[in-house]
Parts: sequence; structure tokens; C-alpha cells
Amino acid sequence: MAIDQELYRPPPPVTPPEGGSWRQRVIPWWPHPNILTGILLGAGGYALGHFLGNVIAGNWARFGNTNMNDVALIIGYLVATLGFLVGIGALNYPVAKIFGLDPPLAKAAPRGLSRYFAYTPDHKVVGWQYLIGMLIYFFTGGMFALAIRTELLFPRYHSHIFNPETYLTIVGIHGTMMMMMMTSVIVGPFGNYFVPLMIGAKRMAYPRLEALSFWLTPPAYIILLSTMLVGGFPTGWTGYAPLANEAVQGMDGYEVAFALMALSLIITSVNMIATIVDFRAPGMRWTRLPMFVWGALTTSVLTALAPPVLFAGLYFMGMDRTVGTALFVDAHGGSSYLWENVFWFFGHPEVYILALPGFAIAAELLPVFTRRRLFGYNVSAAGMIGVCFMSWFVWQHHLFVSGINADMRPLFMLTTEVISIPTGFIYLVAMATLWKGKLRFEVPSLFVLAFYLNFLIGGVSGVFLSDVPVDVTVHGSFFVQAHFHYTIMGGLIFAFFGAIYYWIPKMTGYEMNKTLGWIHFWVMFIAFQLTFIPLFIVGELGMPRRYFEYAPKWATLNQTASAGAYAIAISMIIFVINLVYSMVWARKRSVENPWFSRGLEWQTATPPPPDNFERIPLVLSHPYDYGNPIEDIPVADLRGVPTPAVLAASAAGVSGGSDEIDDPPGPGAGPGDRGGEQ
Amino acid sequence: MADAALTPAAPAQREPHHFARIFIIWLVATAIADILIWFFLYPHLAPGRLTSSAHGDQYDMTVLLMCAAPVLFAVWLWFGYSCIYFSNRGTVPEDGAWYERDSVAIQVSWIAITSLIVFGLFVFGTYELIAPAGAGGGEGPSAIWRPPGAPSSSYAALHPKPWKPGSHPALLEVQVIGQQWLWTFRWPQFGGMETTSLYLPTNTTIQFNVTSLDVIHSFWPYRLGVKADANPGVNNVAYTTTTGQTHSFTYRCDELCGIWHGDMIGTGHVVSQAAFYRWATTEEKKLAPLTRHLPPYSLTYTPSLHGAGGGLYPQLDKPTPKSTGS
Repeated sequence: MAIDQELYRPPPPVTPPEGGSWRQRVIPWWPHPNILTGILLGAGGYALGHFLGNVIAGNWARFGNTNMNDVALIIGYLVATLGFLVGIGALNYPVAKIFGLDPPLAKAAPRGLSRYFAYTPDHKVVGWQYLIGMLIYFFTGGMFALAIRTELLFPRYHSHIFNPETYLTIVGIHGTMMMMMMTSVIVGPFGNYFVPLMIGAKRMAYPRLEALSFWLTPPAYIILLSTMLVGGFPTGWTGYAPLANEAVQGMDGYEVAFALMALSLIITSVNMIATIVDFRAPGMRWTRLPMFVWGALTTSVLTALAPPVLFAGLYFMGMDRTVGTALFVDAHGGSSYLWENVFWFFGHPEVYILALPGFAIAAELLPVFTRRRLFGYNVSAAGMIGVCFMSWFVWQHHLFVSGINADMRPLFMLTTEVISIPTGFIYLVAMATLWKGKLRFEVPSLFVLAFYLNFLIGGVSGVFLSDVPVDVTVHGSFFVQAHFHYTIMGGLIFAFFGAIYYWIPKMTGYEMNKTLGWIHFWVMFIAFQLTFIPLFIVGELGMPRRYFEYAPKWATLNQTASAGAYAIAISMIIFVINLVYSMVWARKRSVENPWFSRGLEWQTATPPPPDNFERIPLVLSHPYDYGNPIEDIPVADLRGVPTPAVLAASAAGVSGGSDEIDDPPGPGAGPGDRGGEQ
Repeated sequence: MADAALTPAAPAQREPHHFARIFIIWLVATAIADILIWFFLYPHLAPGRLTSSAHGDQYDMTVLLMCAAPVLFAVWLWFGYSCIYFSNRGTVPEDGAWYERDSVAIQVSWIAITSLIVFGLFVFGTYELIAPAGAGGGEGPSAIWRPPGAPSSSYAALHPKPWKPGSHPALLEVQVIGQQWLWTFRWPQFGGMETTSLYLPTNTTIQFNVTSLDVIHSFWPYRLGVKADANPGVNNVAYTTTTGQTHSFTYRCDELCGIWHGDMIGTGHVVSQAAFYRWATTEEKKLAPLTRHLPPYSLTYTPSLHGAGGGLYPQLDKPTPKSTGS
């Protein structure tokens, strides 16, 4: 493992010959791959694709409102994406390799701010790109949520803010943005940034794939938003089929954007799995793998296997809408059940793709703040693996009243309820780790506690939904909506913010403001409960999801929820203020290891140097051995590849015996070793 | 590194019995909550007791709430107690209690308890699904859990026995047709008439045959405790039995079906058997001139290829039920 990485050397900075290289002499600066050329070629690609589409299928224009045809739109989106990727330089390396030329990216990687806008193989830069990208997607989706809650302030016959078409498009974009663009909300930023640091690697296994996985998301984002220009799409994020077949042309944007995200997810997961399996430092056994890395691994297994199914479904839908197949049209021999099954066969693992990283962050952070060994390391990993495995066998609980396979409902009720057993492991671990710990109430630990409390409500309400007789009442109602917001927003997003507060000091070297963090947490936590508890009630009282108008008797509950939604928006503004204030204005230097963590990522310098570690570290002990009175072993020896004697000692599980590792290996290695602050 | 500054000072007094404390609080809280749920929430819980399936859903919901309360209280109390008693509000971190290895007994008993709850809920849910004939949920074209007297095949459903007041347990068949954005109802026992209003008799087992003409809808008469997706080309059957209570109820569409999804609502009425029979026979007579022009009663309807001129049900369509498979 280590040897592979030692073979990798960052290319030495190229000193250009007199007068510059031939490339620099011949080609001016602007065609070099950068984000501007990307946008330029993307726009040009769209025009080209649209033209081609009209040439191919110009006489098939189906809708008068946009005077476009679906073929032109889909080809336009695809060529635009390709143009963007060419413009940003994604294809330079593979194309150069095909023709046997020097890969242009072998130049010194760009430094300074411009690298954050470049196609770069640096996993930490990609992590930042993902983090900012995900925050932008999240806030965009949040704006659409506010629009929904604003429309639902008033029941029927009062004032409407949107017309029904716009409203359904808003609902669809909110759902698609949150479920699809945000799928890699934790594995994208923190997975790419911290997995190599946590397993003692210098880089990800496939750095260019990593860059590609991110740079597929901005085109998807733009395409998804552009659906508003061509009539939007009426199906919500689930895209149920006969409705999608008859929808206006916004549906094409939904398909292409979702397919691009599916591709991005597959690429991310392949990279993540390869990195975790192959790039672990010596001594980083499977039994010492940090919980976050377990979470990234199990999530990646799901994202490698689920999105291809979605991809196939979207391909079917594209064929139905463009070349006139009838896979989903009953009248011509298709079936509306086909999309439901294909979609939910992807869609239910997708839900756990969004839950597992939350489990991982929570299990990773909790021992740091309770200063206690993580109880049941094996059980915790087994819980994630169990959820990952079981998530493939539950998808038909979305179809309990659809009339398909009615005799299979007890089976799917069983599998759905069984999945709460591995989820229960996560709670066992948390409760036992809290017990007799010394919990410190820092901002990240508050978010982690909130994660457990919110996800509990989400999980328990999920058991209600798995019970068929209860599901007959609450299926498709606001109860479901509240349920999955408790698991995804209350779970994943709270864990996401916990992770931001936890790791930003490591990523930047600057502290987040604690007071603003507290205010952010409490406003968000209370507002979240205020928003979604009324929605449980309103769903139980019979209000279906995605309703534009509703009965006046539900007005008070809906208005409470809307008030909560605005308060969540305020908490997000507080977060942005905190981020900008702390990182741009105050710039208070963080100490090396502000949370006294034993995690390997905290042992290297802050912010991490370009190569993460000077030498591949030797991992000596478990990352969660807090307060071990018997043998207090540092988590790793950072001084590089050890002598065979030390390696043998480590492999035998005996440590501290060698002279080599008696002295502390570096700043911030253990809880007591914390220079500077008090 | 485990120097004196970081190890907690020896406790002056005996450590309180934390677990026993939590257990007692939990026991009291759970008992109170479950009593409140059973005696005060259950009778008022949605969706009411207008039909057998609604009552069944209400009962299930109550039982699940009574099971959820102890779980929620256990975790909340545990977290709350730990935050109070096992926290460190100082600026200097202290290490928590050390233990050598994870207790196998705790892990095994946790897995045993959660498995027991889960399998208990599974058995309960399955019983509550099968015993009341599908609990009001859509069961597809050939329902395997049927109330007594229900036709066992699509053919029998197409040719039901006539319904008259007092002919208990004769079954009333109502075909529910969803289309953008309207519900209509056809009555095979009343000459195959199609109405836009929905009346149901008391004390009768009702078979809803739910289908759609265009996209997926979902028929949800909330207070009847029934929900069945309306799929194009599929007959989705759901059963319920009305009680002696007369009442009106709202039905809605529960599956996103386009821009006026939220407007696919209407009010139905459960009325006495005599009143229902009077209404149905009057309607049948009144609608007879229109019924002649409808396509023959069928379990599903397929817009014909020949009907492109706007006719959804040209006479070219065969009246035989389409084989829908399952």
C-alpha cells in the first residue's frame, strides 16, 4: 500500500525555457483550460447540440409553448456538458495519452485562488470545491423550500403567490436539488478531503476521476435550474412515469441533470472504494479504520451500485420522450410500474446514501467530545454494513398501496422493520459512549447530539410507515414528508454542519466563532422542530404531499411550519455570516488540535500540507482510545516508514516497546499534548 | 499522558445508581404516556371509526404509538441524563471512564431486545393486514386477502351479483376512475352508470375497483381508511366495510398527477341502505340515456389507437377485461 504511494511524486515545477514553452509561445493565455473557457465551450456546445437536435428531429416539436423539441434539448444539454468538460480541461490528459503526447496537466498545479476554479487532481482542493458547491446547492434548494412554505401560508381561496405549474416546478426542483445534487453532501467535501488524511494517504486513488466527479455537478445544477425556462416539470423529484411522459420540456432537463449526478456519484464511489481499500497506511487495519471512513466506504458501495439503475430508468424515460418508445405507457404495452420499481430500487438505497454519512460523522465525533473510547467499534461498523446491505431489500414499501405484488407486502414490511436493527446499533454505540463520559458542549457536539435526537424521531416514524395498515393512512401524506425531513435534514444536514464546525479549523487553520455557532445551532434546532412536528400532525390528519391548495382547517399547522421554515432560513444566514466573519474578517488562528482529537487527520500540520504527510505514517493504535490508563499509545508515528523491528511490534499489537516511538511523535498527538491555547 | 491533571478526582461520596434512576423515570413516563395514548388519544385519532379499515388503521397507529413511546423516552432520558451527569463544562478536557473491552452482554441484549420489538411489530402488522382483508390498501387486480363474499376473480368482479338493501353480506362494487383531474364512479350493480358523486350504504362491504385513464393517481377517501393507487390499465382492488354510522367524507388524490393534483377532491356520503338504494336507482334511471353512450363496463379502459380524434372509448374497444397480470 505504502509503496504505491511512494511511487507517486508530485511533478517538479517546470521552469519554462527561454521565451516560454512552445505551447506558451504559440497559444495565448486564454485557451488554457479554465472555468471561463469551460463556460464558453459549454454555451457553444449547447448551441451546437440544439442545432443538431433540430436537424435530426426538427419536425417533432411537440409543444407550442417553447417551440423546441425534446431531442434538441437533450442533445443540447449533453453537448453543453461535454463542451464544459473540454473547456475546463477534463479531457486534456486522456486525449494526450491517446496520442502519446505529454499530458498537459503535468505542469505545476496552479496555486492561489485560481486553483479552486480549476480541474485539479488535488484532493483537498476538490474537497473545498465540493464544500462550497454543496453549500450553494443546499441554499438554492432551501430557497425553493421557502417558496413552497410561502405558497402554503394560505389555504384555498386566499391569495396565491404562484400558479400551480410554477408551484409544482418549485416542489420538483427543491426535491431534486436536495435529493440529487446533495447526495454527496458529506462524501463529496469531507470524504474527498479527509479520507486520505484519515487513512494516512497522500492522495486519492484516481485524482482525475475525483476532479471529474465534482465538475459534473455544476452542469447538472445549471441544467436543473434551466428547466424553469422551458416550462418546468410537474412530477416532483420522483418523476413518476406516465406523468413524466406527458410533461412539458422541463422534464428533459430533469433527466439529463439527474443522469449527470448519477454519473458523478458512480465516479466518486469507485474512487473512494479504491482509495480506502488500497491506500491505507501501514498499521491502518480494518479494525482501526475511523468510523467516518467506514461510513464513506459503505456509502460508496451504495453509490456504486444504485445510480446505474437510475441511469437505466432515465435512459428509458429519455427514449420514451424522444424516439417514441412506450416503456411506461400502458396503452402501448408498457407499464407505469416499471418506472416505480426502477426508480425506487435506486431511490431507497439513495435514502441510506443520505443517512449513512450522518451515522459516520456522529460516530466519529462523539468519542472526541465524550473523551471516552467508542463503545462497540465492531457493532458500529456492523450497523453501517447492515444498513448498506439491507437497503437493497426494502424498496417496495414505497408501493404498498400501488397494487403491485400485494402478497409481498408482509415481506417488505419485515425487511423494512429489520433495517431498524442495524440502525439500532448506531444508537447502542452512541448511548454507551455517552455513559460515564465527559461530554463537552462544543458547537460540533451539539450538532451531533441533535443528529441523534432528530434521527430517532425520523427512524421511529419510519417504522410507522413500514406497517402496512398505518401506511394506508399516512402514505403519500405530509407525515411521510416530515418523516424523511427528520432523517435527512434532521440527520444528515445536522451532521453536515457538525462536520463543518469540527473540521473547518483543520481545513483553514482559523477558528469558527463560537457564539455565532451556538446561536446558529439553537435557532436551527428549535426552528427545525417547529417546522416539521406540525407536518407530522397535518399529514396524520390527511393532507397529501405536493398540494397547492389545502383545507382551511389545516391553516394554523401549515403557518406554524412556514414560520419554522423562515427561522431555519435565518439560522442559515447566521451560519453564512459566521463563515464569512470567521474566515475572512476575524481570522483567529486556531490551535493545532482544538478538539484534542486522536484522529490521524489532526496529527499532521494545520492546514494540511500539499502532500498531507511528509512520510506515510505508521498507525500504532485505535483512533478512539481516549483516556486509556493502561497503555497510552499515540495514534500514529509520523516519522515515516519504520524499521522492520517497529513494524513487527506494531503488527503484533505490542507498541511502545521500541525506542523509536517512545517520545511523542509530534504536536497534538494526544489529549494532553496541546501547545498554546488555554 | 495520563497525568494527575487529567484524571478525575476520586469521588467523595458513593456514586449514585444512575441506571436505576433512569429506569424508574422511564417506567413512570412510559406508563403515563401509554395510558394517555390509550384512553385519550386513541378514540380521537385519525382516521376515525367510520369503517372497519379506518378503525383498523386507527388501532394500529395507537399500538405503534404505545410501542414508540417507551423507545423514545428511553433514548431521550438516556441522552438527557448523560448530558447532565456525564458532562464537562470546564475548558480543560477530562477523560471519561475507561473500560477494557466492550461488554458482550450489553451488545447481545440490545440486539435481542430490538429484534424482539421488530419481529413483534412484524407479526402484529401482518395480522392486522391479512385479517381485515388488506386493511383498506390497494391489493392489485387479484386480491388474495378478501372479505367474505368478495369475488375471487376478475371475471366475477365484472359480473357482480345485484345489490339490495338488507342482502347482507352481499358486496357493493364501486369502480373508481381517476383522470386528470377528476374522480368518477361506475356502478356495475346499477346498470354500469357513471356518476360524479359517491354515496355508500351503511353496514356493507364495499369493493373499490380503482383504475386510471391517464397517469398514476391515488384514491384516498381518508375517513374510510382506504387508499389505492389508480394505475392506467390496472384494476387495483381495495376493500372496506362501513359501520352503522352515517357521515360524509372527503376523497382526495394522493399521488402527484399534474398541476391540478390538489384539486382532485370531492365529498362522499355514507347513508342508510334504503337511502342509498333510493339514490342509486333514481340515478340509474336518470342517467340511462347517457349510460348507453358509455363504453361497456370494464375493469380497465384503454384509450384506443383509433380514438385519436378525441373519442377515448370508441366502440372499437373490446368490452372484455384486459389481462393485467400482477
